[in-house]
Amino acid sequence: MQNALAAGLLASIVCGLIGPFIVSRRMVFISGGLSHTAFGGLGIAYWLGLNPLWGAFIFVLGAAFLIGWREERQKGEDLFIGILWASGVAVGIIFIHLTPGYVPDLMAFLFGNILTVSPQDLKLEALLVVFVALVIIVFFRGFVSITFDEEYAKARKMPVKSLNLLMLSLFAISIVALIQMVGIILVIALITIPVAIAQEFSVDFKKMMFLSALLGMLFCWTGLIVSYFLEIPSGATIIVGGTLGLFFTKGWKRCYGR
Amino acid sequence: MGAKLLELQGITFGYHREPVLEEVNLTVEEKDFILLLGPNGGGKTTLFKIILEIVKPWQGNIFYSTDLRGRIGYVPQFVNFNRGFPITVAEAVLMGRLNRENYLKGYTKEDRDKTADILKLVGLYEKRKERIGDLSGGQLQRCLIARALVSDPVLLLLDEPTASIDIKSQMTLVDLLSELRDEMSIMLATHDPTPFSLSYKHVACINKRLYFHSAGELDGTVLERIYGCPVDLLGHGIPHTILKKH
Repeated sequence: MQNALAAGLLASIVCGLIGPFIVSRRMVFISGGLSHTAFGGLGIAYWLGLNPLWGAFIFVLGAAFLIGWREERQKGEDLFIGILWASGVAVGIIFIHLTPGYVPDLMAFLFGNILTVSPQDLKLEALLVVFVALVIIVFFRGFVSITFDEEYAKARKMPVKSLNLLMLSLFAISIVALIQMVGIILVIALITIPVAIAQEFSVDFKKMMFLSALLGMLFCWTGLIVSYFLEIPSGATIIVGGTLGLFFTKGWKRCYGR
Repeated sequence: MGAKLLELQGITFGYHREPVLEEVNLTVEEKDFILLLGPNGGGKTTLFKIILEIVKPWQGNIFYSTDLRGRIGYVPQFVNFNRGFPITVAEAVLMGRLNRENYLKGYTKEDRDKTADILKLVGLYEKRKERIGDLSGGQLQRCLIARALVSDPVLLLLDEPTASIDIKSQMTLVDLLSELRDEMSIMLATHDPTPFSLSYKHVACINKRLYFHSAGELDGTVLERIYGCPVDLLGHGIPHTILKKH
């Protein structure tokens, strides 16, 4: 159980760091699509007998580059993501089916195994937190510029395309690493729900990241504890808790807030 | 007349198959004030994007003087602006100091001092810690101008700065631009030239093609005779209302 709490904490930090960027740039759909492409990569990797994590990374980074390389938000992008999403899962299912022996199935991919997280997984997750934090710190001003006003950044001759690709790759890597532990559904929830709540309170982008991470941790912990006592699935409980928290916040703001 | 800052030759460009700009020629001199007039969709914003190298023309050349390199200030239309973004006025303006060379380093004292000075110039210093989403239209417009001014531009491009703001704020803007006019070249895109009728030196009418006139052709006795739409004078079918203050 302690491992699960730690896993939730670390996942929340990563999602708190990247979530505000993903939401502000309206890339939630892209993130969802990329994550499901990961499943395709996982399947192929298993079938080939390779480390599935690397298979997923390569697949997802490839998809990220494909998306990021196209100029601007072309009309076909939405469509492209949808196709990538569905095909990714389908490819994964077929290759997993073709792989002899036991392999983690779609349920594990969707909801992870937060309760059976190992110390090695935690070490990996901690490394991820450090890596993501470092990249964001170094490129913070660049990332905020393209998130706030991409066209203006272009006018200032900033390397917008490269920054875009870097950001997208960062999302891809973080999402794939987190899927292993907490599953894709929870990753999407941790990227969106805390940010939605934090948006109501933040004056400052940095504070929004901090608050999102904190809220993510809060929902993970309360969700885990409640699910333990009620004996219901943990990931789902965290998400429902978070959603209730969001409704409560919005309602409170409507009645009492400015 | 002053030195040549910028010259566009034969610029043709479109976003899809149809060109939005066709064979556009334009020269901008030092301390110039050009009104870029034209209907919506006529290519004003696109022309700015070409000048800023945000998009590349299909055909044509652009000459930038050495003084101009990297010193073009841009004030985009604020109608489409990302107002909901969690950022303060001071931070938004400070970002105008970022460029290709310094975006990985921290802000310097010079950056912050310049930002404070410009905020005082546009009259937003007291509001510097507020969220941009809490500003009025006129205040946001001034914030965007401040952002363009912090990098010491030699040429300032303004896209529809008076659209959707009240008359009082428009007048504040005109006063501000009058102050800036002596320090830099200004190119202002608008479909309503009325607030600026005494400030400009040249008019560029743009509707896919660009027609350049100096103010002398529209001012003085000629304008006194014309009281309303000088369609005949400009001769290419775009109705303008250019009235002197009276």
